[in-house]
Amino acid sequence: MSASAGSLPRFIAQRVLLVIPMVWILMTLVFVVLRVAPGDPISAALGGKLTPAALDQRRHALGLDRPLIVQYGDYLGSILHLDFGKSFTDNQSILSVVRDNGGATLSLTIAAFLVALVIGIPLGLLAGRLRDTAPDVLIRLFGIITYATPIFFVGLLVQIHVAPLLGLPTSGDASPETLFVVPERTHILLVDALLSGDWLSIQDVLTHLALPAFTLGVAICGVFIRLVRVNILQTVQSDYVEAAQARGIARGKVMRNHAFRNALVPVITIVGLQMALLLSGAILTESTFNWPGLGQKLVKYINGRDYGAVQGIITIFALVVIFISLLVDVVNALIDPRVRY
Amino acid sequence: MRRIAAFIATPFSKTQGVARWMLVIGIAITAVFLFCAAFAPWVAPYGFAQFRSSSGADFPKLAAPSPHHWFGTTDLQTDVLSRVIWGARTAVEVVSLAVIASLLLGMVLGLVSGYFGGWLDRVLVLVMDSLFAFPSFLLAIVFAFLFTNLIGSGFLFLSGGVLAAALSLTAIYIPQYFRVVRNTTISAKEATYVEAARALGATDGVIMRRYLFGNVIQSVPVLATLNAADAIGTLAALGFLGIGIQPDEAGEWGFDLQRALDDAGLGIWWTSLYPGLAIVLLITGLTLVGEGLNETVNPLLRKQRLVPVEMTARQPTVPTSETSVTSR
Repeated sequence: MSASAGSLPRFIAQRVLLVIPMVWILMTLVFVVLRVAPGDPISAALGGKLTPAALDQRRHALGLDRPLIVQYGDYLGSILHLDFGKSFTDNQSILSVVRDNGGATLSLTIAAFLVALVIGIPLGLLAGRLRDTAPDVLIRLFGIITYATPIFFVGLLVQIHVAPLLGLPTSGDASPETLFVVPERTHILLVDALLSGDWLSIQDVLTHLALPAFTLGVAICGVFIRLVRVNILQTVQSDYVEAAQARGIARGKVMRNHAFRNALVPVITIVGLQMALLLSGAILTESTFNWPGLGQKLVKYINGRDYGAVQGIITIFALVVIFISLLVDVVNALIDPRVRY
Repeated sequence: MRRIAAFIATPFSKTQGVARWMLVIGIAITAVFLFCAAFAPWVAPYGFAQFRSSSGADFPKLAAPSPHHWFGTTDLQTDVLSRVIWGARTAVEVVSLAVIASLLLGMVLGLVSGYFGGWLDRVLVLVMDSLFAFPSFLLAIVFAFLFTNLIGSGFLFLSGGVLAAALSLTAIYIPQYFRVVRNTTISAKEATYVEAARALGATDGVIMRRYLFGNVIQSVPVLATLNAADAIGTLAALGFLGIGIQPDEAGEWGFDLQRALDDAGLGIWWTSLYPGLAIVLLITGLTLVGEGLNETVNPLLRKQRLVPVEMTARQPTVPTSETSVTSR
């Protein structure tokens, strides 16, 4: 093998080149599904609300009366300039929609991710350590049940049984007073509240975040449990663990110092690939808890048959997912030279 | 007849312990739901959209479980138990349609792509990989959005919503079958028996049908059951977001849970608990069947049951014709 075959820049370049056709295929799919197939999007979104003449004018203003192939070229070109178009119903630029609602989605997903780590990793370690005993079976069962339970059902159960008990709010990301008091700087409410330094506002935002983050976290922690458990099982069988044990190091110490740490490294990178799960989970959680994020906005536009907004938001989601999987691959290659082959 | 029975019994005879229990419990749960789905009109006390009894009296609104309504009633005055049972029919209809359609399409594409290779293979792989990389739930949302707006009324005995939901689920599972079938085809087509068949003058179609198909089909049951489990969840999620099946078309668990959101704040638990439990149980059942099958099909996971071997004492004398017959 030549020296350059395994080099990092080469790997990254290959991976980036692969992204281009992928983005193109997905964009084309989105265009065909949302623009070509449904016929006239303007009358779907606004038919009955405006006069035919006004509809025509809207169509012309948005360039929807031109040939499809021209529109397709425009769509691809505008994405290169990071312009994702406008919504048809309320005439908002998609980027401003993302700016206003993306922060809520971001804080929800990050908080849920932390919850999933805090629940999933210890349980996975425990299950792997106590393989085929009662705790292992119970933890695995818990994993299967969290997989089988729809996120919105967890949310409903939490709203009915947990929220009254703890006195936690179940709707929105803050009370109206907080929204009024906290000045908008970063469009991420938690950060804004922290910047304002108002303790009551911070508390209010955190209590609103608690239940949605818990719900989403529990729903995705099953994946973490399974991953950590399998990795522990593999690591325990490895030679260096056996060697450590042969040198007379206590089993608990071998687990802590040798097995656990090495078992967690692959988990970190694989977890990055759970973006898809996190994203679809976030859409459902937002609808359950009336969380003003991007997912809820998407559902609102779908029910309003707003093809423009749906197309823009889906395009952004697709780009984000592709970018993150690219990032994970690169990080993976940095950590583990075998990936670069 | 005996061969069919033996084939069906394979997963049982080849497994033991936990795997066998998983399979049995999973099949039992799934069978209950299949029964409800098949006989919904007879099992359910009322229709899925029925809000008054046959004597014309309106059902109470949001009534707690009682002898008349075992699982209570909803805010639309429908019977929760009936909607749960009719929901099983919808789920089974949509999911079996989706799994069968994606299986057929994915398999044909995978076989052709893997067997012929070349530019067709490259293009298909790239398209499927792009679809696979995209969050499947988002894909389902996009397709459901499209199909519900395209398909107006129904087709044959299926309502428009059911068909739209089935088609959007089909779209998201095709890449999985494609991938599995294509990879198996590529490794199988180099096998000696395929080469022999080709040397004997078998056409491409015959080779694919007779020699590759049998190899490829083995990994499909596991994938199909696990996909069915996933599809139940996706269908409910679409219903929860209000995309797809409309309440007057069929009973659907996800839609019921969405309606139950408003009840949750009032402390009303029966409108959400029962449809939710139905989803959890059916997904768990199908997952158990899938995992159980996986342990029988996948030789890496399989722990074969040890068949006790009876060693007869060696007889010093020459066996008579009678003993040789019994030993056969």
